[in-house]
Amino acid sequence: MEGLKVSDAELIVYIHPSKCGNEVQAIYRELSSLLFQYDETFDGVLLGYDFTVESKQAKILAGLTPYFGVRVNAKLLLFDPKPNNFVEGKIVKLSAESIHVVVLGVSAAVITDIDIREEFKYKMRDGEGCFVSRSHKRHVLKIGTMLRLQVESFDQEVMHIAGSLVPANTGCVKWLEKQSREALHMDRDDHKRRKIA
Amino acid sequence: MGAVEVLTDPSSLYEADYVGNVDVSDTDMMQYVRNALASVKTGESDRYDDLVRALQIKNVSDPDAGAQLEIVLKALSSSVACIDVIHHRKLLSSIFGMSLWDHKPYIMDALVGLLISLAVSSGKYLDSCLNMLISNFLPPSWVISKLAVANPRVVNKKTEVLSRVHEAFLKISLLFPLAPSRLFPMLAQRMPKINKKDHVIVMYVENLLKLENSVIGQVGGRMILMMVMERLRDLDLEIGWDDIPQDDSSRGMFDMELEDAAEATMDEGDELPVGSLNQDTSISDCLDKLMIKSFDHLESCQNAGRLDQVFENLFESFENFILNTYKSKVSQFLLFFACSLDPENCGVKFASKLLDIFLSSNKPRPTRQSVATLILLCLKKFRLVDECADYCRTCNNDIRPEAHQIFYSGCQAIMYVLCFRMRSILDVPRFRSQLIPLESILMHKLNPLMVCLPSVVAEFLRQAKTGGLFIVSGSYIFEDLLESELSRAFGGCERLDTFFPFDPCMLKESNRFALFQTLALFCFAVLE
Repeated sequence: MEGLKVSDAELIVYIHPSKCGNEVQAIYRELSSLLFQYDETFDGVLLGYDFTVESKQAKILAGLTPYFGVRVNAKLLLFDPKPNNFVEGKIVKLSAESIHVVVLGVSAAVITDIDIREEFKYKMRDGEGCFVSRSHKRHVLKIGTMLRLQVESFDQEVMHIAGSLVPANTGCVKWLEKQSREALHMDRDDHKRRKIA
Repeated sequence: MGAVEVLTDPSSLYEADYVGNVDVSDTDMMQYVRNALASVKTGESDRYDDLVRALQIKNVSDPDAGAQLEIVLKALSSSVACIDVIHHRKLLSSIFGMSLWDHKPYIMDALVGLLISLAVSSGKYLDSCLNMLISNFLPPSWVISKLAVANPRVVNKKTEVLSRVHEAFLKISLLFPLAPSRLFPMLAQRMPKINKKDHVIVMYVENLLKLENSVIGQVGGRMILMMVMERLRDLDLEIGWDDIPQDDSSRGMFDMELEDAAEATMDEGDELPVGSLNQDTSISDCLDKLMIKSFDHLESCQNAGRLDQVFENLFESFENFILNTYKSKVSQFLLFFACSLDPENCGVKFASKLLDIFLSSNKPRPTRQSVATLILLCLKKFRLVDECADYCRTCNNDIRPEAHQIFYSGCQAIMYVLCFRMRSILDVPRFRSQLIPLESILMHKLNPLMVCLPSVVAEFLRQAKTGGLFIVSGSYIFEDLLESELSRAFGGCERLDTFFPFDPCMLKESNRFALFQTLALFCFAVLE
């Protein structure tokens, strides 16, 4: 999973004087209002935060009176997938023309048939539509599968990802990991055999 | 299904490409549409124009045209990836210009399907799709007039359209988790203004409440209730209250010792000065209908077992919009109704929240004052009486009424409750003993009896006399006061008569819910 990062930020949170006496809650409220929105200064969409208030000193800022600024050290969890990043999400809808995925529970991703590689063929299995790999019968994408996809573009305003399944290392996460484990084993076996020889 | 029909239709736009081809599959149709969409970019737009024209058909009584429209819509929803926001502006605007109300169910399905695929295919179309769905909340004007007379065909149409719209919202938000956060501001923006016809507002609110009942409501129920409450308040304030003569409004008010609540409901029609509200019946009618819709909604929440959770939001919107409103007449009944539905949870929660506000020192004074008139639970423990007694002890010599408004509000609340419950409270010795400080409060030099609303004071004194509350050595203490004319010494900018939550609900229809009984139940709940 790419596109996620944790940033340390030093922030000044402006608080309305009516909230003095309950500053921590006011800080929570201010920071929560930034959640799930793209922020240029953070360079990403804020998914979560944790903060500590360093000093008890707050200052009333000229021009912003009567608000007072509290210095806050925050750890921010940010989501900003760039093109060609790989992200993972759960398939929520699937049709011959498109696969709909929800990434991290908040971001919608869609892969249209143009961006699904030839290897996958749309089939009906037990009354449910699914994509099955032509070369590996076990590699199946259906509703509920965790899918690894490549980011083509990311609409920051509504957190919408246009994705692609063209690269070979995209598809069902479980299957891909099993493949890579097996490949690792094979490598080791090869190595051993060579040693014995 | 309709592919073959299209081919038999001589005017079919597909004719040229599929002559002789009897079995046209959906895939072929999709391919055709995709080619048409792609052809625009190369400058050739004949097929694309045909496509747009097919979408603009208004009269779909012709089954062939209907089938054709359905096919086009379905093919488009399979090809949303090929739609370009710049090149296909004409196509998009004709899609968003369509109305579900104009079409038969099978076309509605196809159109809704297209909207869903379009909304989730890219962030660019989400807002337009949501907007279009919202605009289908309200029917075209010709339907409104027929809905008013409950034409069964139109009522049926309404359910068909609205169920699809709501389903579409759910599907979109399932595929697009952030869609509700875009939806709510739009809903607030599209809320009809109060000068619109009442049907329009009522239908819109009906839809909002339906949305509140759905999964989306769990995320944004708070915002929806805020919108509804705000509109209720606006309408509430439109109805003139000052036109009601003061004497009249106090006349029928206290005839309601709780045991007689049922009777009071029955003859309340004669006593209430309803006539004076009739100056603008359309607004009061509208408010009336909205209240009923909201009551129905609360009842359905109670039946679904989620009233508790809804109540939190309801209280918040009440605190934001109603509590500080000067002379709100009707809206607060929503809260009372919720309390009467579930006295054990909501009633208690309501009272304790009010108490919190009353006792918290950093809330503004008008809020605390309004709350004081509402605090009934305090009487349960008689804490309000104690609070006021403490206040009397600690207050300095400043006896200007303006300085002690909160105290006066507290006193008025006590008297008000006692007006209704005097007999039952006095019957219980423990409660009676807790009322002892009351006498010293009323006799205090702050003189609450002179400041509180005269109608309340007069009625309280009358009740106190009959109940024998303040009999000391055979004579009634406030005898002279009872006889004297109580002046409204608290003139000018005072608010003791403003927020008077227990005045009878003045609307005709809403009394169907027997608001008197609601109120009675509420009082019972908090006084138990």
